[in-house]
Amino acid sequence: MAILWRRSRNIANRIRKCMNKGFMGCAVVNQSCWSSTFQSSSLSNLRPVPYQNSRYLRSLPWSRAALFSVLRSKSTVAEKQLDSFFSSDSDDDHRSLDFPGGKVTYTSEMNFITESSRMRVPCYRVLDDNGELIMGGDFQQVGKDVAVKMYSDMVTLQIMDNIFYEAQRQGRISFYLTSTGEEAISIASAAALTEQDIILPQYREPGVLLWRGFTLQEFANQCFGNNADYGKGRQMPIHYGSKKHNFITISSPIATQLPQAAGIAYSLKMDNKKACVVSYIGDGGTSEGDFHAGLNFAAVMEAPVIFFCRNNGWAISTNISEQFRSDGIVVKGRAYGIRSIRVDGNDALAIYSAVSAAREMAINEQRAILIEALTYRVGHHSTSDDSTKYRELDEIDYWKMARNPVNRFRKWVQNNGWWSEQQETEVRNSIRKQLLQAIQVAEKTEKPPLTELFSDVYDHPTSNLQEQEKQLRETISRHPKDYPSDVSV
Amino acid sequence: MLAIIRQTVSNGASRNRPAFYASRSYSAAVKEMTVREALNSALDEEMSADPKVFLIGEEVGEYQGAYKISKGLLEKYGLERVRDTPITEAGFAGIGVGAAYYGLRPVVEFMTFNFSMQAIDHIINSAAKSNYMSAGQLSVPIVFRGPNGAAAGVGAQHSQCYASWYGSCPGLKVLVPYSSEDARGLLKAAIRDPDPVVFLENELLYGESFPVSEEALDSEFCLPIGKAKIEREGKDVTIIAFSKMVGYALKAADMLAKEAISVEVINLRSIRPLDRATINASVRKTNRLVTVEEGFPQNGVGAEICASVVEESFGFLDAPVERIAAADVPMPYAANLERMAVPQVEDMVRAAKRTCYRSV
Repeated sequence: MAILWRRSRNIANRIRKCMNKGFMGCAVVNQSCWSSTFQSSSLSNLRPVPYQNSRYLRSLPWSRAALFSVLRSKSTVAEKQLDSFFSSDSDDDHRSLDFPGGKVTYTSEMNFITESSRMRVPCYRVLDDNGELIMGGDFQQVGKDVAVKMYSDMVTLQIMDNIFYEAQRQGRISFYLTSTGEEAISIASAAALTEQDIILPQYREPGVLLWRGFTLQEFANQCFGNNADYGKGRQMPIHYGSKKHNFITISSPIATQLPQAAGIAYSLKMDNKKACVVSYIGDGGTSEGDFHAGLNFAAVMEAPVIFFCRNNGWAISTNISEQFRSDGIVVKGRAYGIRSIRVDGNDALAIYSAVSAAREMAINEQRAILIEALTYRVGHHSTSDDSTKYRELDEIDYWKMARNPVNRFRKWVQNNGWWSEQQETEVRNSIRKQLLQAIQVAEKTEKPPLTELFSDVYDHPTSNLQEQEKQLRETISRHPKDYPSDVSV
Repeated sequence: MLAIIRQTVSNGASRNRPAFYASRSYSAAVKEMTVREALNSALDEEMSADPKVFLIGEEVGEYQGAYKISKGLLEKYGLERVRDTPITEAGFAGIGVGAAYYGLRPVVEFMTFNFSMQAIDHIINSAAKSNYMSAGQLSVPIVFRGPNGAAAGVGAQHSQCYASWYGSCPGLKVLVPYSSEDARGLLKAAIRDPDPVVFLENELLYGESFPVSEEALDSEFCLPIGKAKIEREGKDVTIIAFSKMVGYALKAADMLAKEAISVEVINLRSIRPLDRATINASVRKTNRLVTVEEGFPQNGVGAEICASVVEESFGFLDAPVERIAAADVPMPYAANLERMAVPQVEDMVRAAKRTCYRSV
């Protein structure tokens, strides 16, 4: 499982020399300076790096492996660039001004930074749509055991979503929300982390919990809100939480987990732990004030947190064109001084690699990282939604069939000889059976008893709660027929 | 008046230490301490005793605290434990909640509770409810503190009292200290408490000086959460107040004593849990009740006290309950208008007399 990219110090030094000549930051002035770069770039077959770097990159014979080194060394060299701006003059120093925040050069040309770049930030991808490795790509190698677990968990998640969704439709549970189309995101990102990394989910990442060992029965118990539910029937279905899996209980208000993630990351930092926090958010959630608060704070506090944005194109019926006008979420990272990357959210290997790298940076450099995964929400927002009311059936079908992340990853795993059609059928049947069984068991399990109505409001129940419980029990014993018989007293 | 010391409910084996040391000999002179000093010393002692306690908020570090409550703490404990933050209440409240989920004990300062509204989702939907929703997996040992209620001449958006807003939410504990002993004992108890606590101070009380007993100066001194204090015993009418209004009630009691009306003044100390036992015992004794608060009348603390008394001590009331609260308007700025918008001592005197059938 060797990590394929390794910095070459020579290359890093070459960049430094080049950057010291002041070739940085061309984005601030004329658009044309870098847009033309792209047309004439001799490296056009390479995945372009964030646009600012491309100007000096053009003059150096880069191999793809070196691209990451650019990103790495850029952070250390960047501070030195505060004094020099894009200019070929050798005597810039007298053209700079001191302000709170540092030195800044001035210019008498009035130029507004354009509202968007000519080219969108490119998307990191390792496997093509047919599950073939893209030539010359760099990625974190994944061995057979991990790959097979990743694939079978993706299949499990897919089937779990189908069956629980149907159970809601049959009236057996009150609510459900699927991650159809986004299986690669939760499974592959979880696979790249360790058990010590703390997860603050939004609500469409049960795959992370599945990877960490939450059983189908445990999922079913929460959805049915029975006595075996770790949440003691306190929350709606899909609001999973498990302290032992380091998976913070799902909370409905959007984006509140982001500043909380910064807080947990800060705590890990205070404790000197070699672990990070990963918090998930959707495209819509980034409009919340807490997105700004969370990212800004994480950057200022230098907290080891990975903000993972699932940009699936839809926030219930709000399309991303109505959600924001920026180039997605990845460009917002720079606004907070946070290193960011855009990845193909339906490419399990790309996600695995990006999250591995992000984790290393977050922990070793004690910094926040932003990952934007582009994907598509194949299912409805939830069982309370019918997305055919606001989007085309053709569109949904296309993403479901042609851009399916599970099929794509299967092709790669099969091509490596690690999976067969027979295993596919066996696994699918087995999971289906286990799920139906789990639902039956969960449905029959008793609901939580009356004491659980009053416990956990506080660490120890206060006197008024104790009184209320006593009163309730007295009332029930006096009027038993007015109370449900299936709730044990 | 001697402070009554009670041991807080122990929440960890390490905390089982006697509240005071019998072998010490105490000096005869009573020490005086401002509420500011009381809060500062409480923070200092708790931060010293438990490395997990840290302070976060705007201006708490370098500036020594917007109201100088955290004076000297940055110097003593360093940047890791006293964090200045950007202006994002939602941000630092959320961060505090996250840190509390992890197991740290944050003390989050709001410059005033008026600004806490920008973070109220974190306080109510996350801090208050997480322990319940996660079935005990996510406890939130956090303290949200800061000045609450009216100051002087600060207008509508800086003067609201949030006691009844936070007091209505299960999962929170809401404390309202009055004197320096209250401030010390309740803040220490709040920091040690495993549940989220909203600690409502008062800007005008910060500079006020109160005598403190030797016991209250001890580093283990904690007051129990959920117990009111009878500041002054009486037999004709009960006045229940909290925070700054306790001082007004005591003044009203002095004035009424001259007219041979003996007032029992109760300092609530805790809005949630509300000490219904003490309230009702007092009403059963005096048979007359006046409630006082700085906040708006509708759905206020006085309304809850009324309901409790009607439910439990209806037969003991000799007169309808009088409720004194702020005028039902956003706080005006002009000094004369402001004076008319908040309860004054005279209002309490007149209300007490009405309950005693002494005036119309």
